[in-house]
Amino acid sequence: MRGRVNAGLIAGAVLVGIVVLAALVSFVWTPHDPTLVDAANKLREPGGGYLLGADKFGRDTFSQLMVGARTTLYVGIVAVGIAALIGTPLGMIAGMTPRGWLSELIMRVNDLVFAFPALLLAVMLGAVYGAGTLTAMIAIGVATVPAFARVARAATMQVMVTDYILAARAAGRRRAAIAVRHVLPNIGSMLIVQASVSFAIAILAEAALSFLGFGTRPPIPSWGRMLQESQELLFSTPRLALWPGLAIALAVLGFNLLGDGLRDYLDPKLRRIRAER
Amino acid sequence: MILYLLKRLAVLLASTAVAGVAVFAFMALLPGDPAEIALGVNATPDAVAALRERFGTDRPPPAQFADWFGGLLHGDFGTSYVTSSPIGPQIGDRLGVTAVLVLGGMVIALLIAVPAGTFAAVHHRNPLGVAISAASQVGIAIPAFLAGILLVFVFAVKAQALPSGGYVPIAEDPQAWLLGLLLPWLSLGLVQGAVLTRYVRSAVLDVMREDYLRTARAKGRGRMGALWRHGLRNASIPVVTVLGLQLATLLIGAVVVERVFVIPGLGDLLLNGVAGRDLLLVQGVVMVLVVAVLLINFVVDVTYAVLDPRLR
Repeated sequence: MRGRVNAGLIAGAVLVGIVVLAALVSFVWTPHDPTLVDAANKLREPGGGYLLGADKFGRDTFSQLMVGARTTLYVGIVAVGIAALIGTPLGMIAGMTPRGWLSELIMRVNDLVFAFPALLLAVMLGAVYGAGTLTAMIAIGVATVPAFARVARAATMQVMVTDYILAARAAGRRRAAIAVRHVLPNIGSMLIVQASVSFAIAILAEAALSFLGFGTRPPIPSWGRMLQESQELLFSTPRLALWPGLAIALAVLGFNLLGDGLRDYLDPKLRRIRAER
Repeated sequence: MILYLLKRLAVLLASTAVAGVAVFAFMALLPGDPAEIALGVNATPDAVAALRERFGTDRPPPAQFADWFGGLLHGDFGTSYVTSSPIGPQIGDRLGVTAVLVLGGMVIALLIAVPAGTFAAVHHRNPLGVAISAASQVGIAIPAFLAGILLVFVFAVKAQALPSGGYVPIAEDPQAWLLGLLLPWLSLGLVQGAVLTRYVRSAVLDVMREDYLRTARAKGRGRMGALWRHGLRNASIPVVTVLGLQLATLLIGAVVVERVFVIPGLGDLLLNGVAGRDLLLVQGVVMVLVVAVLLINFVVDVTYAVLDPRLR
């Protein structure tokens, strides 16, 4: 049974769609080269081909926002991918053998990793290997593993008490087969919801890291660094902070609305398992 | 209850020890020898060896770890390889600043979330209740540091009513201290308040559907009266959990907000440590933050058990 398409789902899909579209188009076209330093256009006001104006180096804000969308999605996809690939199997194992020592161990380690927020991991990784997009993605990904593991575990435990699992076990199917054929498809919708919520958090984390100088390195545009660069000009040119700030907020809002909407749409029965923030 | 408490305490201590090993092992991966870095490329091998002995980095890693972790247990964080000053007192000073920042943010978040969330739940069918839900959804999407920049723009740049940054110790000038912290508190509190509002709303909504609340209404209590008398303790259980998670988020948010407002807290110390390649300092600050998160989780678990005896 599917829920109805709600307004939040549509709004979320539209916002995420805009970010994806901006990122895709930026591969083939941007109004200007987003990394081109041009003294003649320093702090240029909006207009005349520069839709949103230019920053202190004369770089076109709109072009930077478009390529920044690419950075944001890239970090989000890799980070959420890492979290899902590690967290889902661990959560499923813990959920299928809830009383075993392995399950206990997984959940304890999970709690411990939970005490290392993405920002701390990224700063530590940055201190050892030098900060960059890669260390940021790995840090955000690892820090998101516990959220996936918890949701996968809770959803698996719900699936494990159903009759079709009982039937499969009675038919002598092995655990691995049950996990892949029966559990995974049935917890899939919860994982998709979690992925959307985690994506929003990854965007926030990437923005914060870039703001602190632990994320994407210059000259590659990123929304968080645009904000950091804008801060000293807040008194004279506040629009430089406005646009990347708006981009971050709308992208996060989009993924959050999409996640909430999908939860209602995909599986009203499983609505009670909350995505982990 | 006592057994439960001891069990949680054991988990807390074990987690702290494992976290210590993890942080130490991770930082030990760092390429380069602190003694060589401190003395520069022209140092003689004898001088490097002497310094290594003084730092204690000539000994095997397990011995170094035992030394460091043993020191931590009585508040000795070691001496910086870079500035040669003891790390413990620095962390102590900064911890106070960050704690004030986080607690102030939490208070503002609660002041916003409890009334707004309860109102949105009680009036969940009328436009104002829906508007609160929508506003909290937008608030969640704004990171604390962005809220900070926006607040600086409104209150420091436009209205020129509050300072855009800087920190004055309370002993020097209490009024300047308060004014300086208002915007940082608001940056953390507004955003966390938005997140918390959603949880308060759904917790109160759940409680409102319970039979015991209907019974209380039937006995003649008003809607708010029944909620106040019978509902809030039950609604507080999920909220306390989220509050704990939020406190951890606030702690990390404070690291970034300190950068926005140039506040000399733990985050500032951590980032300076990384910039100055001051390993032992970074190691110490990370450990303090991680232990803080573990402690918060411990307190949440225990509070949870006090509020809901079924969970013991």
